[in-house]
Amino acid sequence: MKTCLVVDDSKVIRKVARHILETLNFAVSEAADGREALDHCMATPPDVILLDWNMPVMSGMEFLRALRESSIADKPKVVFCTTENGMAHIRAAIEAGADEYVMKPFDRDTLESKLQIVGMA
Amino acid sequence: MASQATPQASPPASPQAIAVLTRLLEARTGQQLASARAWRIDTALRPLMRLRALETLDQLVHLLLGGQEAALSDQIVDALVNNETSFFRESPVFDSVVEATTALEGEGRRARVWCAGCSTGQEPLSLAMLFAERRDKTGRGMPEILGTDVSEGVIHRARQGRYSQFEIQRGLPIRRAVTWFDGDASGEWIAKPELLRHVAYRPLNLMGEGWPIGRFDVILCRNVLLYLSAEAKALMFTRFAEVLRPGGLLVLGAGETVIGQTDRFQPSARVRGFYEPVVGGGRAVA
Ligand SMILES: C[S@@+](CC[C@H](N)C(=O)[O-])C[C@H]1O[C@@H](n2cnc3c(N)ncnc32)[C@H](O)[C@@H]1O
Repeated sequence: MKTCLVVDDSKVIRKVARHILETLNFAVSEAADGREALDHCMATPPDVILLDWNMPVMSGMEFLRALRESSIADKPKVVFCTTENGMAHIRAAIEAGADEYVMKPFDRDTLESKLQIVGMA
Repeated sequence: MASQATPQASPPASPQAIAVLTRLLEARTGQQLASARAWRIDTALRPLMRLRALETLDQLVHLLLGGQEAALSDQIVDALVNNETSFFRESPVFDSVVEATTALEGEGRRARVWCAGCSTGQEPLSLAMLFAERRDKTGRGMPEILGTDVSEGVIHRARQGRYSQFEIQRGLPIRRAVTWFDGDASGEWIAKPELLRHVAYRPLNLMGEGWPIGRFDVILCRNVLLYLSAEAKALMFTRFAEVLRPGGLLVLGAGETVIGQTDRFQPSARVRGFYEPVVGGGRAVA
């Protein structure tokens, strides 16, 4: 079973994402901010991370940069999942090492399609 | 409870009205609306009915048969055909098309690829992106890409190259989205002119006249023939065989095959999952 870490400060979004991911056969864990996510990754690196942009404590971008510089740098695929839908944001995310990008709102098909693209579904 | 949940529900359409609509669709496009999909009729035609302040399908059919509105039958057909598509649908197929095309095009001859039943253009644009990437990597020229569909509505949309956020996120890797599309303030994504210009779009009913002139290296006709009658399918295969160049290939959707449908095509020995005309096929008359 593939593992996915959902990083979002919204409990509702985490719940929606968890539900979809479970129907796609992922074992899901959650983190409410970048700091928590980084700790989780160091202990048990997931196969893929669904990452929000704006979060307290450590933003999605800060998390991504820290992850890509860490000892598990390339292991997890990172799919940004955010309401930021401008070209500048998307390019910055790709540059920082994001593998894919989902613009909210998303549904099951969108998420499944993006996970397929990164070779995870 | 049910009546509360569906305040807009109208009386069910009469079997006669449904029959008129399904016959219209089949006469125009060859598409048979399986009874399993008949529930779609009401949903699909709702916007047309609302536009005319009609409450029931029977009223719409009445208007249709009255013949007052010349464009109505076209609009009904447009609304009833299944236009479902996405970028890089069944994605490995697209790489195979590029590979097969590369093997077929001789030095100096420009290959021709036809997407028959291209809907809103995601299929030909996916190919155009791959061919453009091939060009940038190897210097090989672009093939000619033709996209046709029976629905004028989808061809109009395809020519504009505008896609909603939802459409752009289905199947299209984000790097390709930012390379080949511009975002606009309304949240739509617009194919860049340098991509869009590689696809020529035109309306064409595969069941009718006016097929493209000349021959093709690869024809994609994916998820189009599914609901055609056996005779209509056989006719399509015969016509496709006639417009393929020697060595040319036919590509169908994942759930489709030529086996048991025609003697004009056989599985290709060169490209897995593609089909090639049978040499001398179809000559024998039973
Ligand atoms: C389900 S879509 C498939 C689009 C695309 N080929 C794909 O696989 O994603 C089928 C398309 O075939 C078109 N179509 C159906 N009957 C047709 C006919 N007789 N001639 C031309 N196009 C037809 C429909 O309008 C629709 O856009």
